[in-house]
Amino acid sequence: MRIGVVTFPGSLDDGDAARAARLAGAEAVRLWHGDPDLHGVDAVVLPGGFSYGDYLRCGAIARFAPVMESIIDAARGGLPVLGICNGFQVLCEAHLLPGALTRNQHLHFRNRDQWLKVEATNTAWTNGFTPGQEILIPVKNGEGCYVADPATLDRLEAEGRVIARYINGNPNGSQRDIAGITNEAGNVVGIMPHPEHAVEALTGPSLDGLGFFTSVLRALAGSSAAGSQAGGQQ
Amino acid sequence: MTQQQTGPAISETAFAATDVLAEGFADSPDTVQRAEQSSDDLQPYADLGLKDDEYAKIKDILGRRPTASELAMYSIMWSEHCSYKSSKVHLREFVAKVPKNTRMLAGIGENAGVVQVSDDLAVTFKVESHNHPSYVEPYQGAATGIGGIVRDILAMGARPIAVMDPLRFGAHDHPDTARVLPGVVAGIGGYGNCLGLPNIGGEIVFDPCYQGNPLVNALSIGVLPVERLQKKEATGTGNIVVLLGARTGRDGIGGVSVLASATFDEEAEQRRPSVQVGDPFMEKLLIESCLELYDAGLVTGIQDLGGAGLTCALTETAAAAGTGMRVWLERVPLREASMSPTEILASESQERMLLIVTPENLAAVLKVAEKWGVWATAIGEVTPRAEDGTPGRLLITWNDHVVVDVPPGSLADDGPVYERPLREPSDLILLQADRAETLPRPSTGDELRETVLRMAASPNLCDKTWVTEQYDRYVLGNTVLAQPEDSGVLRLDEQTNLGVALSVDGNGRFARLDPYEGAKLALAEAYRNVAVTGAQPIAVTDCLNFGSPEDPAVMWQFAQAVQGLADGCQQLGTPVTGGNVSFYNQTGAAAIHPTPVVGVMGLFDDVTRRVPMGFKSAGESLYLLGETREELSGSEWAWVTHGHLGGRPPKVDLAAEQTLGKLMERVSQTGLVSAAHDLSDGGLAQVLVESCLRYGTGASVTIESAFVQLFSESAGRALVSVPQGHEQAFVALAAELGVPCARIGVTTEAATLEVTGQFSIPLDELRTAWSETLPKLFGGPSFAGLPTEEPAAEAAPAPVAAAPAPAGEAEVPQIRSVTLELIEPKAQEPDLP
Repeated sequence: MRIGVVTFPGSLDDGDAARAARLAGAEAVRLWHGDPDLHGVDAVVLPGGFSYGDYLRCGAIARFAPVMESIIDAARGGLPVLGICNGFQVLCEAHLLPGALTRNQHLHFRNRDQWLKVEATNTAWTNGFTPGQEILIPVKNGEGCYVADPATLDRLEAEGRVIARYINGNPNGSQRDIAGITNEAGNVVGIMPHPEHAVEALTGPSLDGLGFFTSVLRALAGSSAAGSQAGGQQ
Repeated sequence: MTQQQTGPAISETAFAATDVLAEGFADSPDTVQRAEQSSDDLQPYADLGLKDDEYAKIKDILGRRPTASELAMYSIMWSEHCSYKSSKVHLREFVAKVPKNTRMLAGIGENAGVVQVSDDLAVTFKVESHNHPSYVEPYQGAATGIGGIVRDILAMGARPIAVMDPLRFGAHDHPDTARVLPGVVAGIGGYGNCLGLPNIGGEIVFDPCYQGNPLVNALSIGVLPVERLQKKEATGTGNIVVLLGARTGRDGIGGVSVLASATFDEEAEQRRPSVQVGDPFMEKLLIESCLELYDAGLVTGIQDLGGAGLTCALTETAAAAGTGMRVWLERVPLREASMSPTEILASESQERMLLIVTPENLAAVLKVAEKWGVWATAIGEVTPRAEDGTPGRLLITWNDHVVVDVPPGSLADDGPVYERPLREPSDLILLQADRAETLPRPSTGDELRETVLRMAASPNLCDKTWVTEQYDRYVLGNTVLAQPEDSGVLRLDEQTNLGVALSVDGNGRFARLDPYEGAKLALAEAYRNVAVTGAQPIAVTDCLNFGSPEDPAVMWQFAQAVQGLADGCQQLGTPVTGGNVSFYNQTGAAAIHPTPVVGVMGLFDDVTRRVPMGFKSAGESLYLLGETREELSGSEWAWVTHGHLGGRPPKVDLAAEQTLGKLMERVSQTGLVSAAHDLSDGGLAQVLVESCLRYGTGASVTIESAFVQLFSESAGRALVSVPQGHEQAFVALAAELGVPCARIGVTTEAATLEVTGQFSIPLDELRTAWSETLPKLFGGPSFAGLPTEEPAAEAAPAPVAAAPAPAGEAEVPQIRSVTLELIEPKAQEPDLP
C-alpha cells in the first residue's frame, strides 16, 4: 500500500507523517504541492506545519495548490485523506470538511500530551480503534480551536462524524471538545492532534498514533478485497 | 560571526547623517572619487561609534577619507559586536588551552564549531545572544535571535535539528517583566515552531539585576554528513556572488553597532527601527533550498547574513580567501527602492545567505531557488589577488558610482584590539565576607515543610510548563528527552540510534561572587546535566553575557570567567567550539551579574539507553551520589528566603564531575538505574520535588541534618533511583569508580514526599504550589479550566463557506513573503447543504 504525504512550502511534519506510514507497514510516497500527479497512491496525508507561512488564514493558500485539486477530486471519489493539524485546516478551507480552526481561545501556541476519546470508528482512518477508547496523542497548535455553527455541530454529532474529543482538559477551546471529524463517506478525516508523533516508544508519549495509519491500511485491504474503487486515484 | 557592541552614546541618526553626506547631490552618493578630492571633510565617525584613533587608522588604510558607505562598514565591522575588540585578547585562552581532540572539524572563528560524532556524521552547535533587541522589541528580538543562530548552523552545511533558549529576566513581579517575558516566549515559539525545529530545553531565571537588560540567548544544533561541511571562503576568480533569500529592507540598520554596542538609556524605545523583523517561513524555505544546493554540490562558499548584514558577509568571505570581490549593489533586491547604498550595506534584514558559486553552476542554483520560491540574485563576482600576491580588494559600485574600494581584510581581521584595564570590583571582598551560611535557618519539621513548598513555588524553581508548552518539542520526530528533563536528547540516526544530549546552564549569582569559579560551576552543571542522562560530554559552546567592557570591574569579571571556563574545559577535555560575547548589558552604572552561559553536548552511541529524571515506580532505592557540604552562599535558598547574595560559591571539583559522569555512562549502559536527576539550584529538595512530580510517584527519605542536606547546592551530585535487585551491583560500581554513594530512601506507593521525622507533603499540594506560579504571573486565563461550550448562537461564527475573520497573529507584525505565485482561486463548493 502506498500512502502519499504532501509537502507544501512550510510543511513541517511531512517527514514524521512519512515515518509513521512506514512504521505502520505502508510505503510512503512524497507528493509535491506544485505537482498535480498523485503518483497512484492509495491514500494521502496532509501533514502539519505552516503552509505558505500561514500568514493568511491557515490553509487558505494551500487549498489552491495544484496537488490539492487532484486530492479534492480524488477525495470526492473515495480516496482516504487524513489532514493533521495544518492538514485539517487545509481540508476545512477546501470544504472537504465543515467548520474552521481558529486561534486558540487562550491565544497561545500550546504543545502537550493530550488524552482523546475516540468516537466514530467507521472511518478509513479510525476503524482500528474501539468506540470510547482513550488514547494519548501530542497536540501542538496555535490555531486549533474548532468552530462551526450550532446546526453543523448538531449534525456532525447526529451523524456520528466526530472521530475524537479532547478529554481531561480542552487544549484550545474547541467547541464541544471536538478534536477531529470526518466527512459523510468516512474517507476524509481531519484531526488537530498529531498521531504521527505517537508512533515510537522512544520519541512519543504512546504508540496510539499508529492506529490511524494501520486503520487506513486495513480499510484499503478491505476495499480492494471487495473490489471497490475507494482507494484508487483516478 | 556573532556578538555585540562598542562605545558610548551612539545614535542611529548617525546613519542618516552619513546619508545626508552621501546624498549631497541628487542620486549621487558619496564616491571614492569624491572622497579623494575632499579628504579633509568632516565625517560623523564619532556618532557611528568610532574613536578618533580608529578613524585615523581608517584614513591611513585607505590613504584618503572613507566614503559614507565605507565609514558605515568600518563602524559596523570594528564594533565590539563584530570585532571582539575588547574580548579578543582574553578569548585566546580558549585556543591556547584547547584540549587535544580529534573530533573537531571546525572551531572558533567559523560560523559554528563542528564536531565529528561517527564515521559519517558531524554535529554543529552554538549559543548566541540577542539580548539588546529583545529588550527593545521582545517578540521580534527573540524571534530573530532564533533565526540568526539557525543560519549559523545552516552555513556550516548542517540541517538544523533543534533549538534551546537560556533566558534571564528582571524581577518576576516587575511590570516590565510582564512586557518582556511573554513577548520573548511568543517570539521564540512563533519563529522556532514555524521553522519546524523542536525546542528541547533552556533556562528561565529571574533576578532584578537583569531588569532593563534581559538575556535572551539562543542555541541551535544541526547535523551533517561529514563530507557536506561548507566553507565561507570566496575562492575562485570569476566565481559568482549570489544573494539568496529575503529582499533587503530598512529593518535592523545599525543593529549591531547601535543597539548591541552601547548601553541603554531613556531613548531605548526610539530604537525600534534598529530591531530586525523575522519571517520564519522564508527561513524555512532558505534552509530547504540551501540543503538542496549542498547536496547537489553547487556551493563553493557560503556565509549567512546576520548582524552587519551584507557588509559582514562580503568582507568575511573575501578576506577568508584573500581574494577580491566586485559587487554591483543596485542588483540587490530591495523592499524599498529608495534605499541608499549605505543602507543596503548596513541592513540587517533577516533570512539571507551569501553564496559563492561557479559560473557553470549558476543556472542550477537559480533553479533550486525558484523551486523553493526564494529570491536568488547574482550581485557580484570574485576577483583575483593582486599580481604581487597580496589580497584583492572589495570594489562596490552603485549605479556606476564607486562607493567602496577597500581591502576586505582591513574590515574583517584588522579591527582594533584593546587591552582594557581590569580591576577587581571594589565591593567583592565585602560581598564574599557576607556568607549565607550564617543566615537563620528553619529548624522544625513544620518550618522545613514550609520552606520546601515556598522554594518549589519560587519563580526560579517553579514549573516552567507555561513557557515550554508554547514551544513545539515533537517536530522532526527525533526528540527523546526535552524540558523539563536535565538535558535535551535527540536521535541523530534512526538506523543506529546514535544520539546527542545537550544542556545549557549558567548561574549569575555564583559568577558575581566569584567569576572564575562561577564560570567553572556553569560548565560543571551543564556537563553534569548531560552526564546524568548517560551521554558522554564531548564539546562546549558559550555565551558570555557581561556589562560594559569600559568598566574595569566588568572587564575583570570577564577575564576571570574566560580563564575559569578555559581551565575547566581543558581539565574536562571538552573543547570550546565557538560561542558569543555580549557586552554592554548594563543600564547606567548598574551591570548585570556576570553571566557566562555554557552549553555542553554529549554523545550517545545508543540513545535508547538515556536515563530520564522522573521516578516511575514505587519500591526503588534512592541513592545520593557525590558529597554534600554546608554550601549555602549564592544558593536559591538564601535568595528566596532571605533575598541574600554573599559569600563564596560552592567548591568545584571537575575530577569528581568526570567520575560521576563515568559512573552514569556505565549505569546507563547496564540499565542499573531507572531515573537520575542532577542536583543544582535548590539542592536535594528541588530534585525530590521535580522527580516525584514528573510521574506522580512519591518518595520517602531519611537524612541527617536535614536542612543542609535539603538545600545545600554543593556541585558534583546527582540523585538516582535504582530498581529492586540492582542495588548491590550499583553500589559496587559506584565504589569501584570512587563515587560517594549513600542510600537515602525509597520511592513509595503513597503520593507524598516525606522526610522521615520532619515532614510529609501530599504531591497534590506540592504540585499546586509548584505549578501555579507562572500562570498566575503571566498566564491570563487559567490553563486548567477553559470554557468549552460553544458561544451563544448569535455569537457563533458563520457557517463553513464564510470562514471566520483572519485568525490569529494580530499582535505579531510579520513581513509577508510575496515570492510565491498564487494559483488562481476556483469557485468554492461547500460540501454541506
